[in-house]
Amino acid sequence: MGLSYILRRLLVMIPVFFLVVTAVFFMIRFAPGGPFSSEKKVPPQVLKNLEAKYHMDEPLVQQYFRYLGDLSRFDLGPSFKHSNRTVNEIIAEALPVSMELGLIALCWALLIGITAGGLAALKPNTLYDYIPMSLSIMGICLPTFVIGPLLVLVFGLWLGWLPVAGWNSWQDRLLPSLTLGFAYAAYISRLTRGGFMEIRHQDFIRTARAKGLTETQILTKHALRGGILPVVSYLGPALAGIITGALVTETIFNIPGLGRFFIESALNRDYTMVMGTSLLYFSLIFLCNFLVDIIYVVLDPRVRYE
Amino acid sequence: MSDSLWKDAWHRLLKNKLAVFGGSFLIFELIICLLTPWIAPYGFETQNLELTLAKPSLSHWFGTDSLGRDLFTRILYGGRISMTVGILASLVSVIVGVIYGAVSGFVGGKTDNLLMRIVDILYALPFIFLVIILMVYFGRNILLLFLALGLTQWLTMARIVRGQVISLKHKEFVEAAKSLGVTTRTIILKHLIPNALGPVIVYLTLTVPSVILEEAFLSFLGLGVQAPMASWGTLISSGVEVMEIAPGVLFFPALMLSLTLFSLNFLGDGLRDALDPKGARD
Amino acid sequence: MPLSPAQSAVPQVLNLGNGGEPKDLDPHITTGVPEFHILMNLLEGLVSKDPKTLAPIPGVAESWKTSKDGLTYTFKLRKNAKWSNGNAVTAQDFIFSWVRLLTAETASEYAYQAFYIKNGKAFNEGKIKNPNQLGLKAVDPYTLEVKLENPTPFFLSLLFHHSLYPVHQATIEKFGSRWTRPENFVGNGAFVLSKWEINKVVSLKPNPHYWDKETVKLTEANFFPIDKHETEEKMFRAKNLHTVDDLPLEKLPVWQKDNSGVFKNHPYLGTYYYWFNCTKAPLNNKKVRQALSLAIDRDRIVRFVTRGGQIPATMFTPPGTGGFQPQSRLPKDGSQIAKAKQLLKEAGFPDGKGLPTIEILYNTSDNHKKIAEAIQHMWKENIGISAILFNQEWKVYLDNQHSKNYMVSRAGWIADYNDPNTFLDMFVSNGGNNHSGYSNTAYDQLIESAKKERNTTKRFAIFQKAEDILLEDLPVMPIYIYSRNYLLSNEVQGWHPNIEDIHPLKYISIATK
Repeated sequence: MGLSYILRRLLVMIPVFFLVVTAVFFMIRFAPGGPFSSEKKVPPQVLKNLEAKYHMDEPLVQQYFRYLGDLSRFDLGPSFKHSNRTVNEIIAEALPVSMELGLIALCWALLIGITAGGLAALKPNTLYDYIPMSLSIMGICLPTFVIGPLLVLVFGLWLGWLPVAGWNSWQDRLLPSLTLGFAYAAYISRLTRGGFMEIRHQDFIRTARAKGLTETQILTKHALRGGILPVVSYLGPALAGIITGALVTETIFNIPGLGRFFIESALNRDYTMVMGTSLLYFSLIFLCNFLVDIIYVVLDPRVRYE
Repeated sequence: MSDSLWKDAWHRLLKNKLAVFGGSFLIFELIICLLTPWIAPYGFETQNLELTLAKPSLSHWFGTDSLGRDLFTRILYGGRISMTVGILASLVSVIVGVIYGAVSGFVGGKTDNLLMRIVDILYALPFIFLVIILMVYFGRNILLLFLALGLTQWLTMARIVRGQVISLKHKEFVEAAKSLGVTTRTIILKHLIPNALGPVIVYLTLTVPSVILEEAFLSFLGLGVQAPMASWGTLISSGVEVMEIAPGVLFFPALMLSLTLFSLNFLGDGLRDALDPKGARD
Repeated sequence: MPLSPAQSAVPQVLNLGNGGEPKDLDPHITTGVPEFHILMNLLEGLVSKDPKTLAPIPGVAESWKTSKDGLTYTFKLRKNAKWSNGNAVTAQDFIFSWVRLLTAETASEYAYQAFYIKNGKAFNEGKIKNPNQLGLKAVDPYTLEVKLENPTPFFLSLLFHHSLYPVHQATIEKFGSRWTRPENFVGNGAFVLSKWEINKVVSLKPNPHYWDKETVKLTEANFFPIDKHETEEKMFRAKNLHTVDDLPLEKLPVWQKDNSGVFKNHPYLGTYYYWFNCTKAPLNNKKVRQALSLAIDRDRIVRFVTRGGQIPATMFTPPGTGGFQPQSRLPKDGSQIAKAKQLLKEAGFPDGKGLPTIEILYNTSDNHKKIAEAIQHMWKENIGISAILFNQEWKVYLDNQHSKNYMVSRAGWIADYNDPNTFLDMFVSNGGNNHSGYSNTAYDQLIESAKKERNTTKRFAIFQKAEDILLEDLPVMPIYIYSRNYLLSNEVQGWHPNIEDIHPLKYISIATK
């Protein structure tokens, strides 16, 4: 692998990005309902006025090229729902919040997940295995929309130690990041344990064992690199998901992040916002998977990119 | 793997007590699900508005929900849906994901690049619109539900398998098979996929609960089971609303889901160990 | 800030849960309730409302006169009314605002609130180009004369609606659609916009130029957009909020038992109902519709399902709308099952035999689901009719409802203004919001004649006749009259629960309990 690989990979992104823009642009127009349909039906004349205001009276292809033109200037257009803000402004305001929440949550997830999974793999079929793995199953069965309110109830209301919602002080960060991180921790711990168990039997570990290294040494020196591969694969989409997919956590804790816009914009048929969030998500996924592929090579030198 | 290897694996599985327990519990659950219409004490839609959110009692083992319906009955019926959804949608994701990932990882080069970029694009398509549009054309078809759920899950599965295959394909036994002139198809099916099964099984045991819970989100869009029928996912999400008033309405469906997952994981771990011939030599 | 001793004791900061994130704070663009809650404090119309009695009280206009024929209103504006930048509020400001509301390019969804003004509709539709032909005239800077199409008895009440508030011309011309950003905003209300972070908070500070600033006690008001009622309720319990916008359905019984006085419950000007699609069999048969309506027990629905003090809807217009008390024409409970069965038999479906499965469409929500489940159960138990439920995501549901692609569909109507007309003119033939395909010329004529009638007693008699026709034909099945259920901290003073749910902040203060 070298610089040329990285360059090629980045160059590939341009046509792929273009494909995503086209696919999403036309796809969302096929869904029933539009940005202006509302419970009190808008009179036909007003609807015409509204459509003219947002250039929606033009033929779809013309709108598409208009969008491409705006996009080439990095202008994602005005939001239909939040009518005095542009999509750029909304993303600029909400993305940092989501990044912060997502990264703290990811730290929790990795810390808890790898520790628990490693512990379990080190002493399989003992209490060190059963307890963390049972907790992880609980973590998977109790989705965010259960964990969040539960944590709020216990730490926010009954004990009164932490705020129940909001995004101002550092205390506000604790419960939501734990809530969000918990689900990911559960996944990571299972993947870590699985990865380690897998690699324990492989030849180079046997060699190491034959050389008389202790299990702990083997685990930290050798197994960690190979055993963590499935976790790394999972982390690519997970990182993008944890930054953008915090909708439930954000609503429960009333956090002004980007996650809510993913669902909200789709439900409102806020076309420009849907485009903006989809393109952002695609870029994140692309970058994360790219990083993962590089980490692969670093962790496992046998992997080559021809 | 030859027949005898499968047989060995089966014997190893039977020796694993936890796996046997997990497997038996799942089979027991499947039988209960099949028999639900005959053993459920009430109708899943039978309301008793005078007895809402009742505590567990002799006549209502798990209590009642906010329309006075028997929770035990509703969990039994919900299990039918959630088990079906969990199994079928996971199967879709495993079959598509494993084959796709294995081909991509093994063939490598331009093909790999192309296949993985398609995955990237599919990740980016707004899922809600995909479902809404599919529903416009196919209605609220139950097959669409499995398809929609499988669609979201196979992508990550494909990436995991691909990663695994890439790290395996330069190993001696694969190189040896290649030099012996074994076809690509055979190498993928007989050597690479079985050796990548470990992470696949682990990820699969994670997929089942996530599709079961995701089904609740699809029912928000109108796809999936229609009220008054409920799945475990929808039962859990409506349980959250009454968490402080009637904890049982949340606790019992969550408990059933957890028990199922425990069994599934025991079975999954057992299967992985049993299928791993290297592990057996320890 | 220097505070008087009395004030310094308690910080005069009010924190409110306000439902959804405001779409905008331009009174000609917004359509929602959360926006209205904020706007009524940022801008002031000609006429305000008494927070207790809801009677029209002077706003920017200190007095007004109505001509004998009820077609001309003359408003005398107070000379000390100021914009937050110190400019005077003049009659010209109102003319600019209302012309803007009616201009096609503004694309205001509430333009029809100005259709009562002479030539308003024609101007909006482009049939008249010159705004001078509208029934608006600035006699002098402080006298505004308004000519109407019809004598509109609720015109004064309409003036409290945000679409008819004034906006500041120079600011709008300078900043365009960005004039509603805190750094640009100029208003004439008791408060000004000081902060607006998306999905986080909208903050207001007192307007130093407001003509009645002595009345204002609060030094700050924060509107928190909170989508989830559960979150709001928890924030209230943690004392982060003084009031919540709404309560989770499942929490109502708990708060109803609470006797600390924070739980508020009162009727609200809105009706929850089901549309019947009158264009398709079998619901084009009046007897089937009547049978379905008789077969539900509205009383049990409000007592056991919605449980929030709602009123069983035995009429369509909420009792007390604009002073109108409609007669009960539908059974409150399931006491007329026999009649329902009889009607079903007459329609050719004895015991529901031969009747296709009824499909109930609703937009996804736990509350709508529970109500639909209860009604489905009642139809089955009481008259043997089977129904299935369909939930759809909001926009898909609207699309199907508006294109009459349904059999039975859930709906709700909240008053635009406090007058029965807002409820009853919905059902005229081909009305924009009549989604049932219902058409009855006698009904249309009644609604038309009510527009011209100035005598309240006679007018209400006309509305009663319209109600009677409606409840006989039943293009809709009224289920219950909405109620408001919320929490209000005992520290909040000057907040009066009322049917329109209007609580201007200028009268509100915080006291120690």
